[in-house]
Amino acid sequence: MRRADYVIKRTFFAFVTIFVAITLNFFLFRVIPGDAVSNLARVPHATPALRQALEEEFGLDKPKWEQYLIYLKQLAHGNMGVSFANQEPVWSNLKTALANTLPMVTLGTVIAIVIGLITGVLSAWRRKTKLDHISTNVAIAFYAFPTQWLALVLLIYLSGFLPSHGMTNDFLLNPTPWEHFKDVGLHMILPAMTLALTLYGQYTLVVRSSMLETLGEDYVLTARAKGFTQRKVVTRHALRNAMLPTTTLIALSLGYIVAGAILIETVFSWPGIGSAVYQAVTQRDYPMLQGAFLVLTVSVVAANFVADLLYFKLDPRITE
Amino acid sequence: MGVRADSVADGTGLEGPPPRRQRGGWFVQVLRESTQAKVGLGVLLFFIAVALLAPWIAPYSVHEQTGAVYCPPSPRHPLGCDDGGIDMLSLLIVGGRTSLIVGFAATFVAMIIGGGIGITAGYRGGWLDGVLMRITDYFLVIPDLPLAIIIAAVWGASLTHLIFVIALLLWTTTARIVRSQVKSVRERVYVKRTRSLGAGSSRIVFRHVLPQIAPLLIANTVLTVAIAIFDETALSFLGLGDPSAVTWGSIIEFAFLRSAISAGAWWAIIPAGLCVAFVIMGCYWLGQSIEDALNPRLKVAHLSPRSFRLRPISRREDAE
Repeated sequence: MRRADYVIKRTFFAFVTIFVAITLNFFLFRVIPGDAVSNLARVPHATPALRQALEEEFGLDKPKWEQYLIYLKQLAHGNMGVSFANQEPVWSNLKTALANTLPMVTLGTVIAIVIGLITGVLSAWRRKTKLDHISTNVAIAFYAFPTQWLALVLLIYLSGFLPSHGMTNDFLLNPTPWEHFKDVGLHMILPAMTLALTLYGQYTLVVRSSMLETLGEDYVLTARAKGFTQRKVVTRHALRNAMLPTTTLIALSLGYIVAGAILIETVFSWPGIGSAVYQAVTQRDYPMLQGAFLVLTVSVVAANFVADLLYFKLDPRITE
Repeated sequence: MGVRADSVADGTGLEGPPPRRQRGGWFVQVLRESTQAKVGLGVLLFFIAVALLAPWIAPYSVHEQTGAVYCPPSPRHPLGCDDGGIDMLSLLIVGGRTSLIVGFAATFVAMIIGGGIGITAGYRGGWLDGVLMRITDYFLVIPDLPLAIIIAAVWGASLTHLIFVIALLLWTTTARIVRSQVKSVRERVYVKRTRSLGAGSSRIVFRHVLPQIAPLLIANTVLTVAIAIFDETALSFLGLGDPSAVTWGSIIEFAFLRSAISAGAWWAIIPAGLCVAFVIMGCYWLGQSIEDALNPRLKVAHLSPRSFRLRPISRREDAE
């Protein structure tokens, strides 16, 4: 397969996935019997006039396929509807939320990948030693702790030392940009740390097992026979190849990152997209829920797409 | 575990269905070789036993107040009480029962969907395989928790719904694994011979293909149970579980909502999360040991200080 073919194929896949998500969104909220939006028009004791107004507003009087086309058309214009809760357009709500979430999630994920790589490589290198057993089992434990629970435990023991609620200190009046930056940074420590801890265990296990596989390859034995130092064999020969399955698995773990963000933001009231989802659930704010699902899916698909291209760069064999 | 033995003998026409290795079958074999598997099975059996005996061993009823609000641990209430003065230990025991039921039932449904799709795709091949695997790919990329949240939010909260929502998230990995295994087993000589003897598809699948992939399928099932229980706690925490049911997830949810943290009541949060973590770790230990036993590549290590071994060249490795 040539490079261009590969890129075209992945792009096509990304677009179809987003389309599937959009269609799922429509079906879940509009088509299944007793679905959320049709129920809206069934207000008890509603006057026929009110019912008709509601049906017209949501286009319920038209056939389903026409509703679907209208939905697609609106979406293409960037219109995701209006939030029930605060009457703002869904997209403008989500835009701010997404901007708040991204730095926190990126920080947590990067820390998790760094810790996961170090502990995973060490475990595989020193396999079956005490170090390996301890690091693997600690990793399994952090993989097993429910995310929201870990957040609550950190909240119990660290809330005295670090800010544990929201993103900024409301009592900080007219902060300079530097003060604001420091304030947000301090608030970010707990959520980002929780995310890093819940993710790193999984990464350690993945890196360890793919390192174990490459350490058994013949080229590692060859490298050793050539007289390279162990360190060089590990970093130059084994780790480079072990990174291939690791990239794929980190890309696949994006779903976990999203799940982690939802739970962690709920606990720490971080005003991001996760909190938006939680509030939309508790307030039954369906347009927000629909919009958030779409935005999260598009981000995951986009990140996956980037990972695919990166994989292509890392492994030239894929073209053969 | 004929999976690897066959790859050597394939095409020679010498092999029949793989011989049962030694006494007791593969499962006993895995248990005998790995402490991790023993510990994992032990932990799981312990929690299953507690869940089965719950009505008899729970010290108090979970529906009546037996102590003070958030009373700390004492000889009368070894784990203290929750915000309604209900004994925490009883809540844990009864909640574990529901959590395990949800976890196992969701896994069962996921196995039926994933196994069915995997077997159909792998066995039939052709366009059906293509279509089913594309669908699986799309579901694999769409982030799990947000999808679960919108389905659960639209569908309404109950334990049965929760089971099906979790199952809908978990079938994809199973489908992929089963499909690739079925595809490779299907091409083996003994399967072709059985077909030429006149065996029908269902006989080949149930008598010849399924027993071959059983170890991997069981490892996958055990690991899926872990994720199902994890997802149960997450969905319950977001208020999408059955509001009247006591589960480990709802215990954590209530502790969060009813300010156990500001009351300093760590006993209302920590034990529930530890129970979840232990069950997940038990599943992981057991499932991973079975998977490791199936992957002979992990037995070779060219850099390990403890066990320096060469890659096996002949089938002698299998006979040891």
